[in-house]
Amino acid sequence: MTRAGQTIMQRTAMKQTLKHTITLTIAAAILVTSAAAAFTWGGADGWSKQEIDVLSSLRLSQLAPAPQDPSNRYEGMPAAVELGKRLFFDKRFSSNGQVSCASCHDPKQQFQDGRALGLGVGTGARRTMPVVGLAHSPFLFWDGRKDSAWSQALGPLEDAAEHGGNRTAYAHVLQANYRKEYEAVFGPMPDLSRLPRNAGPLGDDRQRAAWNGMDEPARHAVSRVFANMGKAIAAYEKTLQFGESRLDRYLDGVVRRDMNAYQVLSPQEKNGLRIFIGKAQCVTCHNGPLLSDQHFHNTAIPQRSLAKPDLGRRAAIAKVVKDEFNCLGPFSDAGKEDCSELRFIAEEDHSLDAAFKTPSLRNVSLRAPYMHAGQKATLEDVIEHYRTAPAATVGHSELKRIDLSDREARDLVAFLNTLSGPVLEHGPATGN
Amino acid sequence: MIRRYFFALFSLLAPFVLAACMSPPTGLDLSLKRPTEHSRYVVEVKSQVNPIAINKMHAWEVTVKLPSGEPVSGAGIKVGGGMPQHGHGYPTQPRVTKELGEGRYLIEGMKFSMPGWWELKLNITSSAGVDDVTFNTIVERQ
Repeated sequence: MTRAGQTIMQRTAMKQTLKHTITLTIAAAILVTSAAAAFTWGGADGWSKQEIDVLSSLRLSQLAPAPQDPSNRYEGMPAAVELGKRLFFDKRFSSNGQVSCASCHDPKQQFQDGRALGLGVGTGARRTMPVVGLAHSPFLFWDGRKDSAWSQALGPLEDAAEHGGNRTAYAHVLQANYRKEYEAVFGPMPDLSRLPRNAGPLGDDRQRAAWNGMDEPARHAVSRVFANMGKAIAAYEKTLQFGESRLDRYLDGVVRRDMNAYQVLSPQEKNGLRIFIGKAQCVTCHNGPLLSDQHFHNTAIPQRSLAKPDLGRRAAIAKVVKDEFNCLGPFSDAGKEDCSELRFIAEEDHSLDAAFKTPSLRNVSLRAPYMHAGQKATLEDVIEHYRTAPAATVGHSELKRIDLSDREARDLVAFLNTLSGPVLEHGPATGN
Repeated sequence: MIRRYFFALFSLLAPFVLAACMSPPTGLDLSLKRPTEHSRYVVEVKSQVNPIAINKMHAWEVTVKLPSGEPVSGAGIKVGGGMPQHGHGYPTQPRVTKELGEGRYLIEGMKFSMPGWWELKLNITSSAGVDDVTFNTIVERQ
């Protein structure tokens, strides 16, 4: 090879090296800059922009007003709210005169009772749910067997273990004590004077026989009064809202880049929050301002009885579809087009076997025990369940094992304690 | 060499770049127009609302054509899918409620209960035969 040839080769090599160096420098610069951008631009208190987007979505201030219930045209009427509140606390609406809605949904205890199983005139099969914020759920109860708050309110009234009463008994009590208030909202009450004191389609043998002995117009008229009771109670329940928690104050501060608010949570609580939205993936189902996707999941919560397994959502679908008090039923105020949740209900989904509602986590630490039948006594037990992710005994669990250290588990519990706030009673949507 | 440097840089940055949440697999085909598995049809889907809001029921429109471009009318379309990474379906049972003409159909009852990777599976039957198609969509967190 000639000297000239060697020089050309050297030059080419030098050029190539230079080119490589420049390319590499630019590439490195781009990568480092973009990485830096992702974690500093728009970041606050150690959270990346991406994390702040997730955190922002959990703030109570982001909660849209509960949608109107088209099946209950009375829910915005102050007189309906007032009547509903009185009915909610009235123990005369029970078979033994000792149980009101508030017996289990105790306002002093987050509208729940702190028991593993509800205790009415007898012992129920599931944990009492807190009624606060319920109007954000398309389906009510742990298994979603009701599709509106008013229809939900009717369930316990006729349940043998809860209020234990029956339809005509309730209509009689209502007429004797609330006639004026009732008629101001719903119009004239039917004549009940010739109807049995105790009759209903879900009562004991005698009550069912008495119900079947009534003619269809009388049965319909009593069911209409009963449905209206539920509509008044639902109007009251809709006024119950979650108030701000420490988490909301912290997150509002992070979103506003207000450094004064960064102290609202301790480092341990913040680490718990990081685990909640990060490696533990809690936020996947516990999403949005109410920390619930309002859907149903099998998470392998132990069955109370393997001999009589609780199929949860799967068994509830047929119930809500044929419920006379559903959105498409004769006592609903909605048009067919308004009932899309019912029209498009998922009926054949086997992932719903033994699936139960994702509860809101607001005020969760004030509401032990946990899960649909109070199977977990403490939040520590709950976290332990998610850490070990056991297989489901019925259906298939969606859980995957989460590798958390003991310290991380404690941090997660510390974070869950930041979600507590007051329960507020707002007027109906039309008022304040 | 450059490739090696890039690799090293990516390895360093990967833990920061990847979100801790369950991420959809990379390289997911997000195209909303594609042929069915046995190429009997070419199907296009689109949401009637954009962006898609979590937990809000809404409608999609699906267009079914033969590979020749001829619209398919009177097709039977079954709607399925869900979240492959979570093993659950849609919170609703979406279905075709209306034929809109020109091979277009209305799917009502679509609802996504969480952000992430969702599959929309259609099973299509017409005189041209039975065929399936799966679309991927990523629902963003709001």
